[in-house]
Amino acid sequence: MTGPTVASATTFLNSLDQRRPPKFGGFSATLLRLEFVRKLRNRRTVIFTMVMPAVFYLIFGLTNRGQMLGDTDAALYISVSLATYGAMVATTTGGAQVAVERALGWSRQLALTPLHPAASILTKVLVSMFLGALSVLVVFVLTALTGVRAPLGTMVVCGVLVVLGSSVFAAFGVMLGYLLPAENAIQLSSMVLGVLSLIGGLFVPLDVWPHTLQTIARFTPAYGAGEIARAPLGGGYDQWAVVNVLVWLVLFTVGSAWALREDTARV
Amino acid sequence: MELSHLSKSFGSLTAVDDIDLSIRPGEVVAFLGPNGAGKTTTIDMLLGLSRPDEGSVEVFGMSPRRAVSRGLVSSVMQTGGLLDDLTVRETVAYTSAVFASSLDVDVVLERAGITTIADSVVKKCSGGQKQRLRFAMALLPDPALIVLDEPTTGMDVTGRRDFWHEMRADAMHGRTILFATHYLEEADEFADRVILVAKGRIVADGPAHEIRAMASAKTVSATLPLHDAETSRDADLRTLLGGLAGVESVEVHGRRLTMRTTDSDWAARTLFDNACTDLEISSHSLEDAFISLTSKGA
Repeated sequence: MTGPTVASATTFLNSLDQRRPPKFGGFSATLLRLEFVRKLRNRRTVIFTMVMPAVFYLIFGLTNRGQMLGDTDAALYISVSLATYGAMVATTTGGAQVAVERALGWSRQLALTPLHPAASILTKVLVSMFLGALSVLVVFVLTALTGVRAPLGTMVVCGVLVVLGSSVFAAFGVMLGYLLPAENAIQLSSMVLGVLSLIGGLFVPLDVWPHTLQTIARFTPAYGAGEIARAPLGGGYDQWAVVNVLVWLVLFTVGSAWALREDTARV
Repeated sequence: MELSHLSKSFGSLTAVDDIDLSIRPGEVVAFLGPNGAGKTTTIDMLLGLSRPDEGSVEVFGMSPRRAVSRGLVSSVMQTGGLLDDLTVRETVAYTSAVFASSLDVDVVLERAGITTIADSVVKKCSGGQKQRLRFAMALLPDPALIVLDEPTTGMDVTGRRDFWHEMRADAMHGRTILFATHYLEEADEFADRVILVAKGRIVADGPAHEIRAMASAKTVSATLPLHDAETSRDADLRTLLGGLAGVESVEVHGRRLTMRTTDSDWAARTLFDNACTDLEISSHSLEDAFISLTSKGA
């Protein structure tokens, strides 16, 4: 071995003591940006979170403009409900993505880096919630543009409640992602959400259902999220919705944490 | 890097059985063994991907997970998935962002030879290109130890040569390289030290040429000539054969003599000169060498 090589080897080996783990478990703006880019590249995600709620609003919301649902303008009621649906799809599929990527072996690749699993999941949840917020924005802007007026403050509060409520579904997504076969976990969870939204009063008011189904619906997660999101509209709301959301939050969080723990044993 | 009394079982199968191993900085070490020998299981424990049932692993004086989080250890795994919807450059940038300090993305793309496909989506890359991408990701933290599991699978001859040229240059600068392979030639050509594993145990550990010699031994067998009550001549012949260069063992069962030697020509000539008949010479595959080495160790 030549002199300079030995010297550079020694320098290299001495420099190792200065190596440090990354801050915040590897959580960074670059990760948020790239995960967001991935969302926008996925046509299915864009259609389900942005296009579909907007189109549904134009079909069902706009045509009912001026009508009243209880004490609320029907168009506003539908607008907020569909925004809730859009945000839910964003977070549920985002959560399911975590499980799918583990199945594909990406998590094994990440396990060879300092990225902490919690930082990785937090990134995905935040990006999904941001996407959900965009979905809300699209529907609300469309609502305003089509002449359905509501105080700005009310809509902002609604929007915030929608996004916060949607976080419950991030955990739901993670759990579903593990329960369903990896190849079509995303599609299947979209279908599950569709059914929950239909029963839970996001596509049609609960009143259209038979009495028994209405009772069952009050225990489903989409009902709670929608009811809370629509509360600022002033039509009154079911206080049990808060309990509903909190109970589901606990169930989904425990369920997803359990699924994740089961899975990390074999990275 | 220190492994001590490392063991891991899956159900009733003992994948890694009490492995002790120590590797110094700057060594290029081949982990050689047939499929199912416990190479990947050992590597998983070395990288902190799985926990040993017994024993301990220390890398640069710390646990594998800590060493990985400081960018001291990185690895190219065969089985790691990639995200289909990112481009090659984005994938490297993603990984780069995760480390506290990392080499420049463009430099790494250049070194892995994937600058020209940097803007392609991963989904459209070939198997070889994906392997290079994984390699680029492993280079990012400028690791002190790089672990490669069957690194050149799917590469052509030129690709393999270039790859190992790069690796050797790195080792000169103090980087330790550990690679798993089931190709004797690859271990022989590129490693300073070869660790032979079989059935979860280390059966041989030394410079490549020593291991090659073990694996190139042949079995020579012959029927001994009949003598009238002069059994001492058999003993003499055994002593003579045992003293030949390259002979590892001589056994006699009934009238049949079996010996293992790296110089079968010389052994054959000696047997002929001593009136032995029915000569047979059989060479061993690497697989056979593993089996004979394991049974010897047990």
